[in-house]
Amino acid sequence: MSVPGELQYTKTHEWVRIEGETATIGITEHAQDELGDVVFVELPEEGRTLDAGDSFGAVESVKAVSDLYAPLAGEVIEVNGTLGDNPEKINEDPYGEGWILKLRVSGEPDLLSAEDYEKLLEQAE
Amino acid sequence: MAEGTLRRTPLFEEHKALGARLVPFAGWEMPVQYEGIKAEHEAVRTRAGLFDVSHMGEVAFRGAQAEEAVQRLVTRDVSRLAVGQTGYAAVCLPDGGTVDDVLVYRTPEDFLIVVNAANREGDLAHFREHTQDLDVEMVDESDDWSLLALQGPEAAAILQRFTGTNLPEIGYYRYEVGEVDDRYALISRTGYTGEDGFELYVRPDDAAEVWRKLTKAGATPTGLGARDTLRLEAGMCLYGNELDRETTPLEAGIGFAVHLNKPVEFVGQEALRQEKEEGLRKKLVGFEVEGRGIARHGHEVTVDGETVGEVTSGTLSPTLNRAIGLALVRPEVEDSFEIIIRDKAVAAHAVGLPFYKREAKERSC
Repeated sequence: MSVPGELQYTKTHEWVRIEGETATIGITEHAQDELGDVVFVELPEEGRTLDAGDSFGAVESVKAVSDLYAPLAGEVIEVNGTLGDNPEKINEDPYGEGWILKLRVSGEPDLLSAEDYEKLLEQAE
Repeated sequence: MAEGTLRRTPLFEEHKALGARLVPFAGWEMPVQYEGIKAEHEAVRTRAGLFDVSHMGEVAFRGAQAEEAVQRLVTRDVSRLAVGQTGYAAVCLPDGGTVDDVLVYRTPEDFLIVVNAANREGDLAHFREHTQDLDVEMVDESDDWSLLALQGPEAAAILQRFTGTNLPEIGYYRYEVGEVDDRYALISRTGYTGEDGFELYVRPDDAAEVWRKLTKAGATPTGLGARDTLRLEAGMCLYGNELDRETTPLEAGIGFAVHLNKPVEFVGQEALRQEKEEGLRKKLVGFEVEGRGIARHGHEVTVDGETVGEVTSGTLSPTLNRAIGLALVRPEVEDSFEIIIRDKAVAAHAVGLPFYKREAKERSC
């Protein structure tokens, strides 16, 4: 499973790319693999303010629903609307075209490094 | 249940080698998917898929009163089954609630009842309880059989390469005892996918070789995930979802398997006859979600904010690419209702079952 070193992670298998005040968020390759074929993504409205740990939507596969949790606090500034018609992008390119939303970061993030996230995955094996 | 206690079918090593995702299911470690549910689903709809369903149980009924025992235990009139024929039936409690849904095979000497894995022990207890006064021997043969389901428009052509049995002669819900790959097999033209296909009862020691031959010949290994989406598109019940001890077969829409005028009274017959006369307490409906979202098992069904039922199964249909499902609702519910999907009321409407029906021509081989 790929775990890009430049990203940060959560225990609930989201990834975060922080660039200035903007955090781009998606789910990890491990998460999409566990889910299987993604068929539906429930996205929040732009402008919504989230606290770290808030459930902001869900990713559904044929078989299962998985809640999405805000890895850090912030305001939703953009959601990936292409997922409406092409939810499979989350399977095909979880760290790229399968991104889910962008937040304007407002709090101090408490995230896992790639190394820590890999350890978490190994422990779960 | 602890993982160490899970049972494995004779095909476990095949599944592992294929990279299957194995999950606990009814006390067994079973493949939920190999490549992916959508791809496997499509393979069964357009070509052929092969399922390991060896976790299913088989109970043989023998003895002078075997027929009477089976008649008493299932809702179908099995006196009308000829040797070589099989029938779908429910097993009911005296109050009409459903203990299991089963296939009954009439064999030359006796009957074989195929039961759901999760119900195997409960069924046996129920069978014994209600036939104590009869001269019948019940043998749990589950460990003597492995069950492979080969399903899809190319199933017959693939299977014909490995058997001398003339497959076009086996009608729907009929079977022949013969050989597959020179190994003993009961070849049954049945399935749980809405496609043409066969269920092959083979000896556990032969299962892996038959599996390898059929997959090599083009059948796609298909897991329980696609089995569920396929049966749901075909409008077929799953025990534990549409059917349970609180739901009668009439309510679950399988009245076609209930023969209320059987010569031998079956357990639950009076309750079902009464329900039919007085009207159903709930009914099964197929539905399509109009808004965004996928309905799932357990979601509430509402009309004008009032709860009128519950979703029993729901998924995104891979064939139709629409959110479909089944629900048990109050009998007066009409064609429009809402489903509470993740705290939001989403519009849905009833649609006739099945959601998917194969073209008749695909059934001949």
